[in-house]
Amino acid sequence: MPAVSVKNLSKDYGKFRAVDGISFSVESGEIFGLLGPNGAGKTTTIKMLTTLLKPTGGSASVSGFDIALQKDGVRKNIGIVFQDPSLDDELTGRENLNFHAILYKMDRKKAEARINEILSLVELTDKADVLVKNYSGGMKRRLEIGRGLLHEPKVLFLDEPTIGLDPQTRRHMWSYIKKLNSTWGTTVILTTHYIEEADYLCGRVAFVDHGKLVALDTPQSLKDKLGGDVLSLSINDGVLAFEKKLKGIRWIKSMSKHDGYLDLTVEEGEKRIPEVILLAGKNGVKISSVSLHKPSLEDVFIHYTGKTIREEEGSWKDTMRSIRASRNR
Amino acid sequence: MDTNAIYVLWLRDMKRFVRARSRIIGMLMMPIFFLLGLGLGLGGLVHISGTVTYLEFIVPGILGMSLLFTSIASGTAVLWDRQFGFLKEILVTPNSRASVVLGRVAGGATTAVMQSIIVVVISLIIGFHMTLTAITPLAIVFMVLIASTFISLGLTFGSIINDFQGFQLITQFVTLPLFFLSNGIFPLSSLPWYIQYISYANPLTYGVDGLRGTLIGASTFPIWLDLIAMLISTLIMVSIAAYAFNRADSG
Repeated sequence: MPAVSVKNLSKDYGKFRAVDGISFSVESGEIFGLLGPNGAGKTTTIKMLTTLLKPTGGSASVSGFDIALQKDGVRKNIGIVFQDPSLDDELTGRENLNFHAILYKMDRKKAEARINEILSLVELTDKADVLVKNYSGGMKRRLEIGRGLLHEPKVLFLDEPTIGLDPQTRRHMWSYIKKLNSTWGTTVILTTHYIEEADYLCGRVAFVDHGKLVALDTPQSLKDKLGGDVLSLSINDGVLAFEKKLKGIRWIKSMSKHDGYLDLTVEEGEKRIPEVILLAGKNGVKISSVSLHKPSLEDVFIHYTGKTIREEEGSWKDTMRSIRASRNR
Repeated sequence: MDTNAIYVLWLRDMKRFVRARSRIIGMLMMPIFFLLGLGLGLGGLVHISGTVTYLEFIVPGILGMSLLFTSIASGTAVLWDRQFGFLKEILVTPNSRASVVLGRVAGGATTAVMQSIIVVVISLIIGFHMTLTAITPLAIVFMVLIASTFISLGLTFGSIINDFQGFQLITQFVTLPLFFLSNGIFPLSSLPWYIQYISYANPLTYGVDGLRGTLIGASTFPIWLDLIAMLISTLIMVSIAAYAFNRADSG
């Protein structure tokens, strides 16, 4: 039985389709990533899988429980770390965990031992009795992840687990997530718009764009599918004309444009650079720079969607988030 | 009913109440200013029929006001708490939505009652005469019922309204009329008859009247009527809040 199985899941808000017939399944013990730009429908998908939102179409089960019909069954078997903080700042770390244990009706003695175990896993033992408002951003996230694991869930959902953290803390978070996955075999489903995060952490990655799942595989096979190297040309004008000219050339496996760049996927890229420059010269196209790199997940994403993964416009929630962040500093 | 969730939410409010001293002082400022300004300042000019002084008349009114304001605020805090706070964590635990509502009501009501008791003590210091009788302890019951009614009202607003804009407007549109039409600072009999009828539909009217009956032994309606009216309004408002809250997150 898969840990999570999703069939044709959809969510409509009036005429707007936030999630559009997504299907996938996640095996027990996997770290599975939903990668896509903000507003792609990742969080909406997670909210449906964690019973916080009612789907408008399709079905899904988590740990064998239907998300629409057996909500309590789902809730008992999952842990969640939200994109926005959900700790009580005016309680200590231990109190936050303690409340969680009571909410899951855990046995008192067992809970106490488990809380200590969790605190040492996320390295907060010596800060356990400090009020959470005095924690750093990274400590808060660690506490939230620890809390999500407290009741020994089978599936842990992490919605943008490292958003707003500095690069160093982010790396630390990654090692915690790997550690808990290998220590307890917890299935992890995470959403992210950080390419490196998906690449480093996830066994399999699903690309989500405009509510649709556009590709799903291991990071390596996704990159292999693209094949060869990526030649990135920065062109001021004449991109379209140049693209037409290049069409049909045998050694160019694929092309994609995004904000002033033309990306060519080619074998043995270093040898093709002079050829490309020559062709550009002949056609009167000015190339201002050339870069060559092995395909990253970002390139694969561009290949499938024709755009980069980028931040969308700020909403009121983002404003509130930044107010909170500056307050906590 | 999930008593665990009710207990956790209540305990959380207690811990926060004890820890946030500056907030307690902040919440007490308004009733204290009203006590001093209206009770002592205006008290010398206003004459209420009967033997009751204006200070005695107005202390239950100010209690009602502070219960009303803090309760609505504590109920509406659910909007923030749900988006950025601890409440969201509770919503994904296997506990019913109704117990979350009851937990919020229990926590908020206990906090509001403790605050009211502090206000009573302060008013005793500045010269309020309480008439101790066998039914005086019932004042606590009235405080609990007033708080529960308006926390539920706040919870309902917090569940129906989804953004912070316009939120305060609605709260004030409701809170101030509820207060002024409650016989809190002037007797109902001084109002035109058609406004009196509106006041009869206001739960706070019976709440304040009940406080008056239990604290100074002078009420417009019989105490049992006040008590029944408040029990009914609490029951109705808690049910509405549970319904609205439950609907809000199945979006």
